Amino acid sequence: MDVLGGLFVDHTLRTVALGSATLGIVSGALGAFAVLRRQALLGDAMSHAALPGVALAFLMTGSRAPLVLMLGAAIAGWLAALAIIGVARTSRIKTDSAMALTLSVFFGAGLVVLTFIQRQPAAGKAGLDKFLFGQAAAMLESDVITMAAVGALGLFALLALWKEFKLLSFDPDFAATLGMPTRRLDILLTGLLVIAIVVGLKTVGVVLMSAMVVAPGAAARQWTNHLGVMVTLAALFGAAAGVLGALLSTTAETSTGPTIVLVATGLVVVSLLFAPARGVVWARIRAWRSRRMLALEAVIADLASLAAQHGSNATHPHDIGALNAVRGRAVVERALSELAADGLARQHDTGGWSLTPRGLAEADRLARSRRAPGVAR
Amino acid sequence: MRIGLRTGGALAIQATDLTLAYQQRPVLWDVDLEVPQGVLMAIVGPNGAGKTTLLRAVLGLLQPAAGEVLIFGQPYASQRRRVAYVPQRGSVDWDFPTTALDIVTMGTYGGLGWVRRPGSSERARAAAALTEVGMECYADRQISQLSGGQQQRIFLARALVQDADVYLMDEPFQGVDATTERAIVELLRALRADGKTVVAVHHDLQTVTEYFDEVTLLNVRRIAGGPVERVFTEENLRHTYGGRVAGIGGRAMGNDLESAS
Repeated sequence: MDVLGGLFVDHTLRTVALGSATLGIVSGALGAFAVLRRQALLGDAMSHAALPGVALAFLMTGSRAPLVLMLGAAIAGWLAALAIIGVARTSRIKTDSAMALTLSVFFGAGLVVLTFIQRQPAAGKAGLDKFLFGQAAAMLESDVITMAAVGALGLFALLALWKEFKLLSFDPDFAATLGMPTRRLDILLTGLLVIAIVVGLKTVGVVLMSAMVVAPGAAARQWTNHLGVMVTLAALFGAAAGVLGALLSTTAETSTGPTIVLVATGLVVVSLLFAPARGVVWARIRAWRSRRMLALEAVIADLASLAAQHGSNATHPHDIGALNAVRGRAVVERALSELAADGLARQHDTGGWSLTPRGLAEADRLARSRRAPGVAR
Repeated sequence: MRIGLRTGGALAIQATDLTLAYQQRPVLWDVDLEVPQGVLMAIVGPNGAGKTTLLRAVLGLLQPAAGEVLIFGQPYASQRRRVAYVPQRGSVDWDFPTTALDIVTMGTYGGLGWVRRPGSSERARAAAALTEVGMECYADRQISQLSGGQQQRIFLARALVQDADVYLMDEPFQGVDATTERAIVELLRALRADGKTVVAVHHDLQTVTEYFDEVTLLNVRRIAGGPVERVFTEENLRHTYGGRVAGIGGRAMGNDLESAS
């Protein structure tokens, strides 16, 4: 609780929380489109590939200004994307292999340059190694301002071209027949993915940044069937994961990136399990309920047909041995006890079972609705 | 049948010498396609005959190595708004988070221009198109919860909203139930009655005569084309399918493709 209280007095904590919220909103919202367009792996490749960009930008300018490093990261990420597309197009290497190749080559190059920088005298201050796993505590006000500005630019583009991006993501061919410049829109939307990545690099780190791009969108998708709601939710989830993770890591002194990612993953797991329409748990419950309903209906139908065979006295008790043999003892027993509780069937003193008059009426109704499935629908 | 020609109007679609290849393999070879105005035309041919490729080349989605496409005598780029496209149902991800009405509204995007969002009039038009295909009850349904036939009708409604003159459809009957098939046939006839032109890739040889006025038989080359009663003959079919039509024995290979129209 003192962490939350500290938010309002502690300047550093406030900066960290604001910055993490910004990065969560931006990467969550822009990442949602990457999820829908199945570009999650591209995002991963691009974020790893950003490392040499950061290192080279520092080497060439000697500056650690966030905008300079972000620009370096963005350019390297872009080049990686182009390399992937180029390799996949011009050679027989498939896209997934092209991604793996590009990722490792760029990341390896980044590590080499990084080691080179570390060995320079007075380079320890550069702190570029923080870009690997991220560090929220190192966040400065200038970082937050740059993140907010770059992120706002990306979000503005997303909102302005909302319908274009939506159609491009759902049905690019149709978009092309409408005369939309799908090539350029594709480049632009991938550019927004780059923004989603570079905005969080310093806080989350190149290794895990793609999780921040993908996780909020994947979690949000479970809760809604509307694109607008999904993107909004993704932004909120991203912000929650960012703030919570950053604060946790600051107080527990763990690496920020991994902590944020764990929180985001937690959101995904909860969503996958418990989201109403798509959650695994609800689906299980629905399946279990419908199995039970079907068993009930089957037992009613069985008892009704036994009664029919008996002619005049429909509520005459029947031995349920045959039912047990066909449907399984446990199923039949549970169904019978539920039917008895509902007053649809009763057990006679002899141990035999029969439907009550109400049970017979119910059996009749069920049989008719089965015969005319159009009515049931 | 060739009303367009007789009245001096241009053909709805005139493609000449279309040639298109992936790597070294020709997919379309020197194909001419002439579609008069106001007809329903089927494009028929075996798998890999280039039927979808032909549609996509007409639509400018693929750049042909050679050849030219004219829509009402003009280049496609200037006639875009007069052409509507119904892609294969399987070409998109139906788990996309959106509703049936929203998909149909996408048909209005072409007339909106940049940045502008569809408003109430666009949604009203989309709702009207949904009614035309008998899907008005499903407007707010998430698209993954629709059956195959319903998804197909959503795509048709999206094309109707475009209010085009030429409709290019890629297998509109594929995998749909009998109800939807009847609904689509009625829709095609209504379009024809309005003077619209429809070109559809079609797989079911049994129904070509019943549903369509004209047919183009395609197998990389155009084998034959014209009014169904004249062109849709067993001999032409044998040339198209290389002898693999039901009831015709043998496994004649590529040399059958050499037969000209």
